[in-house]
Amino acid sequence: MTATLTAPAPVKKKGGRPRQNREAILLFLPALLPVLILSVYPLIRGIALGFTDARAGLHVETNFVGFDNFGKLLQNHLFWDSFRIGVIWTLSVTVLQFVAALGLALLLNTNLKFRGVARTLALIPWAMPPVVVAIMWRLLLHPTNGPVNELLQKLHLTDHPINFLGDFGTALPAVIVVGIWVGMPMTTITLLAGLQGIDRTLYEAAAVDGASTWSQFWNITLPQLRTVIVAITSLDMIWNFNSFGLVYVLTAGGPGGKTMLPMLFAYNEAFRYGRFGMAAAMGDVMVVIIIAFLFFYLRNRLRSEA
Amino acid sequence: MRTRPGIRALQYVAVVCYLVFLGFPLLWLISSSLKSPQEFASITPSLLPKHFDLSNYSDALNEQGLVRGLGNSLQISVYSTILVLIVALPVSYALARFRSRLRPLTNGWILVSQVFPVILIVIPLFMILRPLHLTNTIPGVVIVYMVWSLPFALWMLQGYVAAVPRELEEAASVDGAGRIRTIVSIVMPLLRPGLIATAMFTFISAWNEFFFALVLLQDPQLKTLPLVLARFVGAEGQVQFGPLAAASVLATVPSLVFFAFLQRRLTSGLLSGAVKG
Repeated sequence: MTATLTAPAPVKKKGGRPRQNREAILLFLPALLPVLILSVYPLIRGIALGFTDARAGLHVETNFVGFDNFGKLLQNHLFWDSFRIGVIWTLSVTVLQFVAALGLALLLNTNLKFRGVARTLALIPWAMPPVVVAIMWRLLLHPTNGPVNELLQKLHLTDHPINFLGDFGTALPAVIVVGIWVGMPMTTITLLAGLQGIDRTLYEAAAVDGASTWSQFWNITLPQLRTVIVAITSLDMIWNFNSFGLVYVLTAGGPGGKTMLPMLFAYNEAFRYGRFGMAAAMGDVMVVIIIAFLFFYLRNRLRSEA
Repeated sequence: MRTRPGIRALQYVAVVCYLVFLGFPLLWLISSSLKSPQEFASITPSLLPKHFDLSNYSDALNEQGLVRGLGNSLQISVYSTILVLIVALPVSYALARFRSRLRPLTNGWILVSQVFPVILIVIPLFMILRPLHLTNTIPGVVIVYMVWSLPFALWMLQGYVAAVPRELEEAASVDGAGRIRTIVSIVMPLLRPGLIATAMFTFISAWNEFFFALVLLQDPQLKTLPLVLARFVGAEGQVQFGPLAAASVLATVPSLVFFAFLQRRLTSGLLSGAVKG
């Protein structure tokens, strides 16, 4: 990497280019060192760590072990559980969030009153610290004095208080709802920006042809939004798959590992049990999954666009 | 286009449902922070506290760890914001103005840094910072935050730089100003809205950050506000919900204040970054 950065620029046309390149490098310098040391190098090192038996501690010897860690992971059913949970979490949050956000964006794009207020309110979850979000939802879902349980009991939907975050059956769905709540603002605002970029005349033409609102949505809105949709759902997917703080504070992976997202699993491996190599191997698997997923998702999308 | 009244009514109902879903949790948190302990214990909780009680706030502020956490978070967020601006300004200028080979590299890095799970980065970071005696220090966290807020800051700022007309800079260079001089006296003043928006984003993301802080800060004296709050919850059993809710509200205030200023720019800033980047 450093080699490409410092290589002399080929002289093209007049004398302007090499000078420009030198200036560009000069402007990059203050960022270059910290980024190389604290981002590029750790990334490469992190990937490599997955192939070693590195452990926490100051003077511990580290050996190259090839694919040992991955072999161990494959035999570990906790690892498989964690991945299954991670995939369920990622797909449900991303899809439900998208549907909910699209609905809200469409509403905010009409000429309703109080649209400005609604837009501001809709964005608030985005600005809140994830830890606070988690605490807030723990209050809401509290089995004895949370409002959600009270409401359910008043509506006679349940006769006993439900410990949403503590029961095996409800923990994951509850955490998913919180995930949707947190991610909606960003998705909504992006989709709204996309909606506002659609040429009005398309709708006018369709209305003249007598197209219903539904068919306008299906034949104009969705195709016009395609790029935005692909971009934001890909990002949401990555963010959700890699998310940590929210669930860490909500359930810490419990009860009984029912909400143990891959990141939480890896965090425990690294900083609770000190198995750095194992945790890094886990991270490597996550990267491979994300890249494979993005590859298929984007390839199919791009192909259908052509 | 006219919308039929029936549909219009349905739209309002839908908006209200969304707002309840998105807004009610926050209302509940605020109301919880104003409830007395006796009211908290009641089995039939009500949305509005029967009488407003600020004792939760004074309890929260009397908690040693909390005030210290507030101070630590403030320090870390301010320092990393300043650093990000200093570093991001020249880079985003170069990204927007020069067609250098660093541009695809930088954009590639921005993308990669989004895709990689932080667990892969945090272990080596920990191993790099420890021999430098930067784990368990505020400067250590500040530089980590600086590097990790940089992608988004660059993404935003380069859009703003691209919007500054080149003619102004050419005029300055005709007058004999060098590149640095031009940036400082011509571009920077025009970039003020962009710089402010970027600063607020960086501040919010540093203020809210949890994972790096969790790994890098073990010393209770140095813990940031989110860490202190998370610790409160972890101590299950003797959790005092009132003060916890009050502390959570306090922890949200700085982000929300900045966010209120940012709100209008959010859409345009993101879009200009996306289009011009």
